[in-house]
Amino acid sequence: MSKSKSAYSIPGKKGKLDTHIIVVWVDNEAGVLARVVGLFSGRGYNIESLAVAEIDSKLNISRITIVTTGTPQVIDQIKLQLKKLVPVHKVADFKREDKQVIFKEMALFKLVGNNNKRNKALKACKKFNAVILDKTNKSCVIQITALRRDIDKMSKNLKQFGLVSISRTGAVAMTRGAETFK
Amino acid sequence: MPKSISGAEIVFKCLEDQNVDFIFGYPGGAVLPIYDELKNHSSIKHILVRHEQGAGHAAEGYARSSGKPGVVLVTSGPGATNVVTALTDAYMDSVPLVCISGQVPTHLIGTDAFQECDTTGITRPCTKHNWLVKDIKDLSKIIHKAFEVATTGRPGPVLVDIPKDIQFQKTNYSKFKKENKSNGKIHNNFNHKDIDKLVKLMSKAKKPIFYTGGGVINSGPKASELLRELVSITGFPITSTLQGLGCYPGDDNLFLGMLGMHGTYEANNAMHDCDLMINIGARFDDRITGKIDEFSPKSKKVHIDIDPSSINKNVKVDLPIVGDVQSVISAIVKTIKKTKPNFVKSNKQQISKWWEQIGKWREKKSLEYINSNETIKPQYAVQRLYELTKNKDTFITTEVGQHQMWAAQHYKFDKPNRWMTSGGLGTMGYGLPAAVGVQIAHPNKLVVDIAGEASVLMTIQEMSTAVQYNLPIKIFILNNEYMGMVRQWQELLHDKNYSESYSAALPDFVKLAEAYGCVGIRAKTPEELDDKIIEMINTDRPVIFDCLVDKQENCFPMIPSGKPHNQMLLGPKDQEKNKITGKGKTLV
Repeated sequence: MSKSKSAYSIPGKKGKLDTHIIVVWVDNEAGVLARVVGLFSGRGYNIESLAVAEIDSKLNISRITIVTTGTPQVIDQIKLQLKKLVPVHKVADFKREDKQVIFKEMALFKLVGNNNKRNKALKACKKFNAVILDKTNKSCVIQITALRRDIDKMSKNLKQFGLVSISRTGAVAMTRGAETFK
Repeated sequence: MPKSISGAEIVFKCLEDQNVDFIFGYPGGAVLPIYDELKNHSSIKHILVRHEQGAGHAAEGYARSSGKPGVVLVTSGPGATNVVTALTDAYMDSVPLVCISGQVPTHLIGTDAFQECDTTGITRPCTKHNWLVKDIKDLSKIIHKAFEVATTGRPGPVLVDIPKDIQFQKTNYSKFKKENKSNGKIHNNFNHKDIDKLVKLMSKAKKPIFYTGGGVINSGPKASELLRELVSITGFPITSTLQGLGCYPGDDNLFLGMLGMHGTYEANNAMHDCDLMINIGARFDDRITGKIDEFSPKSKKVHIDIDPSSINKNVKVDLPIVGDVQSVISAIVKTIKKTKPNFVKSNKQQISKWWEQIGKWREKKSLEYINSNETIKPQYAVQRLYELTKNKDTFITTEVGQHQMWAAQHYKFDKPNRWMTSGGLGTMGYGLPAAVGVQIAHPNKLVVDIAGEASVLMTIQEMSTAVQYNLPIKIFILNNEYMGMVRQWQELLHDKNYSESYSAALPDFVKLAEAYGCVGIRAKTPEELDDKIIEMINTDRPVIFDCLVDKQENCFPMIPSGKPHNQMLLGPKDQEKNKITGKGKTLV
């Protein structure tokens, strides 16, 4: 082993990284998002995407959906640390591969070009619930909902059809069947 | 119909309802309405510090030595930023603090007003929770909640930021009723099956060890009593972290001394070789574990902690028990007494070999040092201080560095809450203000800050506080003119390049003491040391004791960086014996 000059220990073996979707129910109050995000940045956890909105205006509850990667140990820490925050009510977590959970992202594509190009673009988007939100002689805005990697693929794909602007959300998640998150 | 009262008065009503006796603070523009109200509340005494960091550490000393939350009152902007170090310190060491800060009036927030800062933003990562009060109607609820958050579960600091206009506004105050409803953040519903499992593991273990930490202290004096009972009915060896010192008598034969980077040879080797490790209220800190991959490879690990996020954070454990240390130990003791009333006897044979092995490690006498007749060895100074103060129920605080480790190694505590030190954050300058807080909580007790000359200068201004309130604290400086621990690491790890670790100019501490209006004493030789210490003890005023010690002394034993527990570096005596040459040292 190489000679360590640090007063701290040398890093141990890195475990395998998994992608997890973490859903957090919080009081919708000032600074709550900063607390959650600050916990991630402060402890060196990773955020791939983030979606947050109020879901119950009466109880004042917001639902935060975070896509993150980490070793099983890190994922456990994330959940336990989140649960310690005062405005956090509950935390759910599942693996991206989990078949019991649906998760979706939405993207808006703005395309500029002739009719032919735009029609081709629309055709390419067909299987992702494409909706045309705006249309002019020269341009259109297409909305799709899909998985992250499909949107990644589409945004590359559409370049040839005059894609000029992309806007996309973080993933949101919901369990299949009658079950709800514990 | 209750009378409408001002926000400032509500603050004091809340503090009264929370039975607060002392607040540590410093006035300023944005808290003046609260300071104006102070005169109407005689049950609350305000201690005026000289710097807000001092207020924070004094409140920590108060809290750690009394078990009650410490209360801090500071102004906006610099007042709040100055207290950040103390809040972080309290957060790392789980000390309950409630910090109330003033803020610029609501309509000025966000305008870069005079002495404005984003206090809740700055303190968010160093508090358990914080609040900005935007509506006077929420004020009392928030302050009471703040006390609840600070003192329950794993304790820690909280901050309530109150804009000046809120302090002036009026509303009704309804008396505080303690709610028994759990907020879902406190975990004490451990499963009794886990206790049975633990007892089973304990009865099978051939090389068991208790590894205890600050959680035992935080759980209250009863937890320490129960721990002593648990150790005596099992006959297992016990070691403690820096923060846990005092929860088990330091001079008891079952106690192996402190473990970790500067822990004893027997404690660290026992941790490495044990087959059952029972962690009670400690957190597998990196200064304890050394190299994680080789940490205690052959043991089953049990972790008792009130904070679920401490479990499996650094070290994967086999049996986690989430709960308050006191209730868990009580359940273990009950179960053992019921199911195995003769545990000690039946167990003695089984662990006798283990004790034999520990005895061999003990023979190394890892805390020994080469004493001198000419210069005072720092270890000797701490030992003499211990011998001359051990019968006085003394409270010890420390700064951070070599002196802190020597104090931990050579001062033997036999009661909890007698030892206040900055372990997690390692804040130089903690000890002096902490001693102020301890003396406030225990006016008739002997309070000694074992200090280094570099650390103590970071908060030396608090001597003025000690003089103002006639607090006879003793600042016992082990003066080697170096930042000793930095110097030690430079010697061992950086080829003796003593970069910026020598203080080429230092004040004359005796004259400094006189300038502050307290007493200065200097000891230069081992011969005069005892007399001077006795003189210090008998002085009923604050004392700065300038103890001139060996400048080159290193703190041993030491686990070098990136090494497991069983590869310790021992002191000079052992090195002479085993002829560790220059090469051995570069292995560090």
